[in-house]
Amino acid sequence: ISLLPLQYDLSASTFSPDGRVFQVEYAMKAVENSSTAIGIRCKDGVVFGVEKLVLSKLYEEGSNKRIFNIDRHVGMAVAGLLADARSLSEVSREEASNFRSNYGHDIPLKHLADRVAMYVHAYTLYSAVRPFGCSFILGSYDEDDGPQLYMVDPSGISHGYWGCAIGKAKQAAKTEIEKLQMKEMTCRELVKEVAKIIYIVHDEVKDKAFELELSWVGEVTKGRHELVPKDIKEEAEKYAKVSNCPSDENLDKVCPSSCYICP
Amino acid sequence: MFPANVSTLNTYNDLYPDWTQREVSTGTTIMAVEFEGGVVIGADSRTTTGAYIANRVTDKLTPIHERIFCCRSGSAADTQAIADAVTYQLGFHSIELDEAPLVQTAASLFREMCYRYREELMAGIIVAGWDPRRGGQVYTVPVGGMMTRQPVSVGGSGSSYIYGYVDSNYRAGMSKEECLKFTAEALALAMERDGSSGGVVRLAVISEQGVERQAILGNQLPKFSTV
Repeated sequence: ISLLPLQYDLSASTFSPDGRVFQVEYAMKAVENSSTAIGIRCKDGVVFGVEKLVLSKLYEEGSNKRIFNIDRHVGMAVAGLLADARSLSEVSREEASNFRSNYGHDIPLKHLADRVAMYVHAYTLYSAVRPFGCSFILGSYDEDDGPQLYMVDPSGISHGYWGCAIGKAKQAAKTEIEKLQMKEMTCRELVKEVAKIIYIVHDEVKDKAFELELSWVGEVTKGRHELVPKDIKEEAEKYAKVSNCPSDENLDKVCPSSCYICP
Repeated sequence: MFPANVSTLNTYNDLYPDWTQREVSTGTTIMAVEFEGGVVIGADSRTTTGAYIANRVTDKLTPIHERIFCCRSGSAADTQAIADAVTYQLGFHSIELDEAPLVQTAASLFREMCYRYREELMAGIIVAGWDPRRGGQVYTVPVGGMMTRQPVSVGGSGSSYIYGYVDSNYRAGMSKEECLKFTAEALALAMERDGSSGGVVRLAVISEQGVERQAILGNQLPKFSTV
């Protein structure tokens, strides 16, 4: 195994002696540097949660969204280089739109995921371009197929999931997601759990302020992908803060004044 | 359409019979009816070049996919070419999706082609079939390229003569046998009156179980008044 990439990592069109394409692996590292995004599929819909790190107090609230609308019934949450993700969201939108134009109905999510994954994969074949430095999670809901969740990574592979996480805290998030019984939950219950997981995995020491982006698509939205309404989002955030509150009267833990949860 | 050495005025010319100057047309009467669990489709069997019957046993019910058919009326060449193209596209699409295609998808593909090339084409098509999501469906794509879903649809030159019969005799919720009888009688009436329709009545039933085809030959056709 070559521990030192040497000259095998300069272009995506080169294999290393142990069969790795280093450029693709570096692209996946770029995703791991980004803040976390999670998507969970439940009985009657899909919920996305993104931990959007705010680097400056001067930024306008709600700018640089990381959840996109791809089609009426499809949403996309991203992690990694945001500019790359925006470009891919445009590609996804075109695919979905062309499908509807040709075939007269909404694109099935598996097909969309396959098509966009194929596009991402194409950029891992040539030395003239670099791979996309982002992973994204696609979610949709329709009456026939029910809720669907797919994730695509920079290598161009897509998998279907019940729950997945991408970004820096994806391992911690995966552990939390595995504790949930998502197949029996409804979207309303799941929204609160998603908010809670984002608050759990957020690292207060390394990253300070963050905005929580929440979106959902399911029976509750009649099949349209939308940002979660303000009042439901506030309720979910309150639940998340209370669940994560370190102070506990039974264990005699006092509310630490430096905690970020309650302002 | 006309050979160069023949006057385009409506003159009778012994040198060249009418059918050498006319385009091949599926004059036609076609029909499709939805019922609970599938669709019944039917057509006559006459293809004409002018007044000559080029084929008196034509099959105008063309399979597009396992459980999706189209009924063709208008120019025989145009409808065959369109049907071939849609069959290819739908087959490819079905393999990509790895599931049975929707009848609506097939109808949309027909519509795309019939609308885009509306100036060059003369094709009136009824798309009918069964898919697992929405059951039996009938979509009509007349000349011009519009597309709409209807519980019962008639088309072709003979359809004008049976609108009254269809409107007064169609009931929602008919059984498969009632639909077959309804279709056969409607087609027989049209074939009686329309010169461009005739021959045998071809019928097909498309449902979850598959496709059952039958033909009603001359002496077994439904009979009406003897006037």
